[in-house]
Amino acid sequence: MLAKRPLDPQQALVVDVITKYFHLPKPPLWKRLLGAKETLPAPGMLPTVKNGAKEPVAAVDHVSFTVARGEIFGVLGPNGSGKSTLIRLISTLLKADKGSAKVFGIDIAEDEMGVKQLISRVSVDAAFFKKLSPMENLLYGARLYGVTGPQATVRAYEIMGRLGLKRSTYAEPMEEMSRGMQQKVAIARAFLTSPILLLLDEPTTGLDPRSKRDVRAFIEELRDSHDATILITTHDMEEADVICDRVAVIHNGKLVATGTPEELKRSISNSGKLPTLEDVFIHLTGEQLIDVDGAKVPLSG
Amino acid sequence: MSNNRIRGLSSVRLHALQTYAFLARNWHLTRRYWGWEVVWFFYSLTSGLSVVFIAQGAEALTGQAVGFDVQYLTMYLIIGTLVWRYLSAIFILTSEVIAWERWEGTIEYTLMAPVRRWVHLVGQTAYSLTYGLISTLLIGVAMALFFELDLSSANLIGAGAVILAGSLSLVGIGILASILPLLYPERGAQMTNVVEASFLLISGVYYPISVLPDWMETIAQISPVTYVLDGARAAILDGAPLADMHQYIVPLLALGIVTLPLGLRAFIAAENYAKRAGKLKRVG
Repeated sequence: MLAKRPLDPQQALVVDVITKYFHLPKPPLWKRLLGAKETLPAPGMLPTVKNGAKEPVAAVDHVSFTVARGEIFGVLGPNGSGKSTLIRLISTLLKADKGSAKVFGIDIAEDEMGVKQLISRVSVDAAFFKKLSPMENLLYGARLYGVTGPQATVRAYEIMGRLGLKRSTYAEPMEEMSRGMQQKVAIARAFLTSPILLLLDEPTTGLDPRSKRDVRAFIEELRDSHDATILITTHDMEEADVICDRVAVIHNGKLVATGTPEELKRSISNSGKLPTLEDVFIHLTGEQLIDVDGAKVPLSG
Repeated sequence: MSNNRIRGLSSVRLHALQTYAFLARNWHLTRRYWGWEVVWFFYSLTSGLSVVFIAQGAEALTGQAVGFDVQYLTMYLIIGTLVWRYLSAIFILTSEVIAWERWEGTIEYTLMAPVRRWVHLVGQTAYSLTYGLISTLLIGVAMALFFELDLSSANLIGAGAVILAGSLSLVGIGILASILPLLYPERGAQMTNVVEASFLLISGVYYPISVLPDWMETIAQISPVTYVLDGARAAILDGAPLADMHQYIVPLLALGIVTLPLGLRAFIAAENYAKRAGKLKRVG
């Protein structure tokens, strides 16, 4: 289990009523050419659409939270709850319709480049040039973040060695590596650029237990040795319980609870026995988890 | 941390390093896809040769002595083949700056990196120019093995100046076309190929634009490819002096001066739109 640290009072991330809608009805083209934008609905209200148009959706709906420096903050939620959209908003890959997010005091909307210098993201599917080798991919990423080739090469060898990647694979195409190995290279890429806010979007989904354990160890190391703050989304409640200082539960785009795993467990406990984080998740979202065999996971609390 | 300094690097060094990142990445991709490079080279060479052999076969085709200079027509078609090969490589590689990222699944990683968009485009463009030049020279050398190239009266410096000026225009138009895969994740890359094919049809690559229907000839007169081809042919076939090249170079430079900043602004606007609409995904 990762050691929980006292939280630094400095705020690494402040998310303030951030909101993202998709499929809102658009004004006519001629109005858009004149600068007209979609009319944003009032909180909790979505417009109706006609003629088979896609239903408007609030993918992230007035979400607010803060993450302290050095904290590992988990965002939990069922599929389609808005976790990845939230990460993409903070990653500058999406523009919010309402609200704001600040990374170490820098507003994402006002100084996108300033924020980009501070963050890195590891997504559920490792985004690499599949024909290129791990080393070629790492050098590419490192140079984009201002790390020179010689510096990056030395560090890449060191990091990949620590990750347990065999030297024989360094020059082989990424497509010949297992998903677990690819995800380790993605973590190595994040190490190379030393972000102070690391966004991990389901980094262990689909990995075998050994690879999950390795990735968790590196998350801890990244926080401790690089003074990084980590925002992680996951479906794995045990993982969240083990590594997160605090978690937020998001459901249908809305934040439904925030606190330490212990606080959340106590909040739903009505007997002497403390429930699991999984029980908390089901209680708050009404979603039953399904195990690998497709069976419903029984509640324990 | 300043916007222009990362890890203590000056902005010039940082931008040079980031530009090199794109160049090196593209070189590695070309190397890794070497089998396809061989295929493209063979395809380009054979299609070019097939066109040029039409000049050589004119007499056999008509069954009578031709009333024109076969060597002139051969050179006319070779120039068209090589100039088009070079310009189309620039256009396609520049316009695929986003399409490559979508195909590889790296669009999110690349676009969230702290890289100014103009640096990104300079990196891609530098690769396009280098790739276009080297691949065209190789095809030119291969074609020289099949045909006698008479360059005794050619003004190669004048031809080079026109081609260089035309490169700027094609880069600008390529950047404008590159926004299509940003706006239309599914169909954007296909649209850029339609644009490329349209240039081939209207720009007089293998024939004078005067043979086109009037409406197509009108469009041809604003195509930069037309000016590059006319200028290159005037310099190589007729030995036109450098002083006469301004009639081709000035419109090309003017087009480049307009399309380069316009392309950059349009790209940034399209990127912002894609971020509002949620289109910066690996797939549409």
